[in-house]
Amino acid sequence: MVNWINSVSRRLPPWLLYMVAPLPVAWFLYLGFTGGLGVEPIRALEHKLGELGLQILLLVLAITPLRRYAGLNLLRFRRALGLVAFFYITLHLLVWLVLDVQIPAQIWADIVKRPYITIGMLAFVLMIPLALTSNNLSVRRLGKRWRKLHWLTYPAVLLGSLHFVLLTKGFQMEPLLYLGATVLLLALRLKKRSLGRLGTVGGARG
Amino acid sequence: MAFRWKGDLKDHHVTDEAHWLNRRQIIGGAAGIALAGLAGRSQAAGTLEPNSWEEITSYNNYYEFGTGKEDPKAYAGALTTKPWTVTIDGLVDSPGDYALEDILSKMTVEERIYRFRCVEAWSMVVPWNGFELADLLELAGVQSGAKYVAFETLYRPEEMRGTAYPVLDWPYVEGLRLDEAVNPLTLLATGIYGKDIPNQNGAPLRLVVPWKYGFKSIKSIVRVTLTDSEPPTSWNKANPREYGFYSNVNPQVDHPRWSQATERPIGGGFFAKRQPTLMFNGYEQEVAALYDGMDLSKSF
Repeated sequence: MVNWINSVSRRLPPWLLYMVAPLPVAWFLYLGFTGGLGVEPIRALEHKLGELGLQILLLVLAITPLRRYAGLNLLRFRRALGLVAFFYITLHLLVWLVLDVQIPAQIWADIVKRPYITIGMLAFVLMIPLALTSNNLSVRRLGKRWRKLHWLTYPAVLLGSLHFVLLTKGFQMEPLLYLGATVLLLALRLKKRSLGRLGTVGGARG
Repeated sequence: MAFRWKGDLKDHHVTDEAHWLNRRQIIGGAAGIALAGLAGRSQAAGTLEPNSWEEITSYNNYYEFGTGKEDPKAYAGALTTKPWTVTIDGLVDSPGDYALEDILSKMTVEERIYRFRCVEAWSMVVPWNGFELADLLELAGVQSGAKYVAFETLYRPEEMRGTAYPVLDWPYVEGLRLDEAVNPLTLLATGIYGKDIPNQNGAPLRLVVPWKYGFKSIKSIVRVTLTDSEPPTSWNKANPREYGFYSNVNPQVDHPRWSQATERPIGGGFFAKRQPTLMFNGYEQEVAALYDGMDLSKSF
């Protein structure tokens, strides 16, 4: 099974993801205009986009452990997946700005005053340099620093899942499961670092 | 009989007569129909256009059936609402278990078109059918020491799949001060649009307190208790910093998660415009006096 996926994925070009990525958005919009998102399509669209973005980010984080522990090699899709996630998170933010809050003064007040929005915005801001440097030219120019910069992925996903936990009312399971998955995927990395490099890097970063 | 709330929140009562006649004339013309459609559900103009049955019954918070807005409609069908008994106890003259049909046989059910404002900053207009809570309290005979009314929602895990998770401390409880409870606006709803109230909206009997955030309007009531001290309320227990006992709709008192200055009416699709939130959800004249001398930013 793993070998089969590996051999199929070797033949699929990563740019296919960019072709597929807008399709769910078109589907959501179609649903929204035809009643398929319920009577409050703004909120539904906002949530669907945010959740999809977070799911893809978790997949991005899972690529390394999947390779190490399951022999599943999806590394060549990682950059494209990261960009697709950024695309969804950006749309999620746009829906919030344009369709949901609508009032510019309220937007800034919300970002400053409401912890879950502050944290969500911070996660988005951290993703901007990652998205901007997700091209071959940047990888070449930045050299070693590119890897260092892209370490920002970790706090970005962590803040993203924290954003989800903080925005729900009451003690809800779903966002906690996302946070748990994020922590687990990050912990798998810490373990390797601290074992492999005598804890210096992992310790400093942990 | 408690003194009755006179206004029947219909278009012509809310709007001044001239404005109302004018509006009717406009609507009479073909162009007027198109205009009215474009204007949407304008509450600011002083008219209350109820949301559709579909909107009111498919976008609900009823965490006993799940935390998603669509969950209650999908899963509340499992709830048995007949027979239904309401326990009335505490500081009352005639405590006991009251069969709902016995209660209903003594009550005057009327239509009340009320604004409904959720703390999540969305709103609807709902044509409830129900009777005044004051009438039920009169039936049970409130004793002089009573100061508060506590309510409890049904807790029946085998029919309420959401209660498998500790989202809140089940059963759901709520409360009102006695003067709020006997205010003529305070309704016990049994229907919407003249039909039986659907399970997802709190069948067979739910509270409606239109000047407070929606979560105060406790659903599927099985117990009403008169007490002399402030009863616990579910959301206050879960997060006292965010949910006070009073929970009056107040555009000036911000909630940590949602600005309360504006709200989005449900039913406007992708392009629904926000509108300013009214003090006490538009019922300031009727209820502001209840809170004279209170600092509503502290007693929120």
